[in-house]
Amino acid sequence: MIPSTTSGNRGLLQAEPLIFETGHATGTGVDLPAPKNTPNKLGGLARKAALDLPGLSEPETMRHFVRLSQKNYAIDLGLFPLGSCTMKHNPRLNERVARFEGFADIHPLQPISTIQGALELMDQLAHWLMELTGMPAVALSPKAGAHGEFCGMLAIKAALEARGEGKTRRRVLVPSSAHGTNPATAVAAGFIVDEVPGTEDGRVDLAAFKAKLGPDVAAVMLTNPNTCGLFERDVKKIADLIHAAGGYFYCDGANYNAIVGRVRPGDLGVDAMHINLHKTFSTPHGGGGPGAGPTVLSAALAPFAPVPHIVKRKDGARELREHASGTQAFGRMCAFHGQMGMFTRALTYMLSHGNDGLRQVAEDAVLNANYLLARLKPHFNAPFGDGPCMHEALLDDSSIKPKGVETIDMAKALLDEGYHPFTTYFPLVVHGAMLIEPTETEPKRELDRFADVMIALAERVNAGDVEFFKQAPTLAPMRRLDDTRAARQPKLRWRRGENGADAAAKHAAE
Amino acid sequence: MRYLPLTNIDRKQMLGVIGAKSIDDLFADVPKTALLKGLIDLPRAQGEIEVHRHMQALAEKNTPAGRTAFFLGAGAYRHHVPATVDHIIQRSEFLTAYTPYQPEIAQGTLQALYEFQSQVALLLDMEVANASMYDGSTACAEAAMMAARVTKRRKIVFSGGVHPHYVETARTACEALGLEIIALPAAIDDEAAVTKHLGADVAAVIVQSPNVFGAITDLTKIGEAARGAGALMVATFAECVSFGLIEPPGGMGADIVCGEGQSIGNALNFGGPYVGLFAVKEKYTRQMPGRVAGETLDADGKRGFVLTLSTREQHIRREKATSNICTNSGLCQLAWTVHMTLLGEAGLRRLAQLNHEKAVALAEALGRVKGVEVLTKHFFNEIAIRVAGRAQKLVDALAEQGVIGGVAMSRLNPKAGMDDVIITCATEMNTVEDIAAYVDALKAVLA
Repeated sequence: MIPSTTSGNRGLLQAEPLIFETGHATGTGVDLPAPKNTPNKLGGLARKAALDLPGLSEPETMRHFVRLSQKNYAIDLGLFPLGSCTMKHNPRLNERVARFEGFADIHPLQPISTIQGALELMDQLAHWLMELTGMPAVALSPKAGAHGEFCGMLAIKAALEARGEGKTRRRVLVPSSAHGTNPATAVAAGFIVDEVPGTEDGRVDLAAFKAKLGPDVAAVMLTNPNTCGLFERDVKKIADLIHAAGGYFYCDGANYNAIVGRVRPGDLGVDAMHINLHKTFSTPHGGGGPGAGPTVLSAALAPFAPVPHIVKRKDGARELREHASGTQAFGRMCAFHGQMGMFTRALTYMLSHGNDGLRQVAEDAVLNANYLLARLKPHFNAPFGDGPCMHEALLDDSSIKPKGVETIDMAKALLDEGYHPFTTYFPLVVHGAMLIEPTETEPKRELDRFADVMIALAERVNAGDVEFFKQAPTLAPMRRLDDTRAARQPKLRWRRGENGADAAAKHAAE
Repeated sequence: MRYLPLTNIDRKQMLGVIGAKSIDDLFADVPKTALLKGLIDLPRAQGEIEVHRHMQALAEKNTPAGRTAFFLGAGAYRHHVPATVDHIIQRSEFLTAYTPYQPEIAQGTLQALYEFQSQVALLLDMEVANASMYDGSTACAEAAMMAARVTKRRKIVFSGGVHPHYVETARTACEALGLEIIALPAAIDDEAAVTKHLGADVAAVIVQSPNVFGAITDLTKIGEAARGAGALMVATFAECVSFGLIEPPGGMGADIVCGEGQSIGNALNFGGPYVGLFAVKEKYTRQMPGRVAGETLDADGKRGFVLTLSTREQHIRREKATSNICTNSGLCQLAWTVHMTLLGEAGLRRLAQLNHEKAVALAEALGRVKGVEVLTKHFFNEIAIRVAGRAQKLVDALAEQGVIGGVAMSRLNPKAGMDDVIITCATEMNTVEDIAAYVDALKAVLA
């Protein structure tokens, strides 16, 4: 056991209360000029409700958030092999560029003559995305992967409506291995979801897929490479079949990083695919966003792309078409023009890599994953380990579970070893899944170190040290947290007087 | 390539361990005709110097707001962001972390989320807030869909003061679900008009205060009328600094409050990424979209935080989820929380008061210009003005003189019948000289 300390700190790791427990409403970390308190134009609507927002001085604020930051794992600390999430290095040049005054300090509604560089940048990004994917159009505005899925499915819906089949084609085929966003998106776009089973080798069951085709089918939503980390060998047949049946092929591009520069989705028969700029093109994940999900579209869907559209004039200047009326555009995904701050970062990344570097990105990502698969499969069950994987290696807990250790325990043991674990229990089609995605930015020695740790943990299971796993983590900033308690008695915010140690209340009393 | 650590020797060794002859063996499942042999027709890799130069050249083709007398708002506002904010959000542990799926090693992100949710609830005077949405417009669309779920009704009524982009974003999302959108004609100061459309099939009325014309409204009676008819009142907003000075929607009975948080902590960034704020009455918590952090205990009984109520979400519920949303707006939300922590109540109140005073000064100065009429009577930091002539032409002409005077309403909504209306705002960033420059340029352009 770790000895308890008087301070609650543990060496470099500082205990840190909530800002509400240390700050008070009269404190502040900004010096603003004093208002003149001239007559107001509020029409009697001055705020009556209490604010009670604590303010901290600048040094206190800095310390608070730096202390919090030290309780986070991060790519910059070590391997972050979270499958399906693509935690690769985030180059800092991208951050610098995004902060150029000419990008960060421009307003989305400035007169068009004052934002020509921004529109040109968006056109360049669009060019790269279209060339890389072999697709003729792209909608840049979706704000995240799931938002891009929504964009693609709405384009499909609009195309069906234009054909007069909007009411009759409502069924969307979604493989059982899909990300949860796929069925949720299909429903949000007004479709009905029909699940397609997989085969024993982790791919879509082509016969089952064929059997489900019919005049009421709108589309298939297929992730490729799929969530088992495998390339769908029958992808072209699936595309041909869905097209022959009058439907469209939506490809979930979450795993595009595995094939960028080596395979163009346009060559596979894809009609729409979102691209997570925060995965393939390294914009930071930021603890959960912001993302960006530009969606490439085939010629069949291009006319329905949402506004805004960038229109190039004869004199070379660019304009924005901001309204759908009078066009076939299906509408608008969000206010303004999309995640500009992510466009700047992604284009910087693309220019840095070039066509040769991006191809190497895919090859090294696949090589690293296969290397880990090769090193780990003698020690864990690899459900589809007979052939190569793409960018992620899938293991499961079937060889360790009979000995009392499950995927979650393995994950928690990795925390103590100083690693962020793999993705746990996803894809759902594999029981006790451990999905490992190292990405191309890991050197071989880091892969070897991680593999050595995993193998040592497997040996520890074999030695019967189950308690070690059940107690883990003991060295992380926290022990295992009680999810059930959080969900059963939701406490989603601070309220004055609810905590015993309410420092703010104490201050008010003083 | 500087971002790729493997050497050719590594690659060869690794292929050996795998038992593959070449990298193409690992792509064996790709149909032969689809596996590219050569390079795609794009430029080759470049060093940091060349890329920096390329991007700098693009940036220089734009006119940054700070180089002009700048009075443009309409959904994105130019405020001062303290230097501390950008430093903290660039810390590796925040910048390069993932969604906190392993809470034991993500308490930094989770505690900051919990603090954010608490700050948002206090600011908006609401009971519960989520961990943020993509932006104000998508938050508004989610609110409309949530109201339909809660009431099991299918019609949504938007006031004529809601930002046109918000209406269009919500229309696109709602109509896909078969919901009906009624968007009332643009109106400078008539949020209450929505109550005339209440009926047994109305799920929600959506009103905005301050609205797109800057007008502020007491929403209390609208909320009472909505609830009387079995509908929800959704209050949206684009300028969250306003609630440091004016009555927040929660205090006026809103059931759902949603809007844009960009003003706190976030630069203009040409429209994104921003941070959507979303708050509800407690009884609707389980119908709320998006992520949410909650307090719990660890195995030693220590307080900690986790993502919770995930049974609403797509990764658990799949096609039955409350939303397809899979992320929040992490770094923008963190920037918001850091900035709000620096401000505190005292700083926010002062900031809001400064904004209002600048806007009052702007309204007075513009109102004295011949050919200009100030249309918004009660406001926070934004007003609509009527000008003699076409607003779009005037805005473009002002830009030639180094004044970004606002946005023509005709650009936001060409069908509004308001071709002579400009929406203009002032913040703490504007100086007396800026306002004088605006007045002079306006006089010159109108002459």
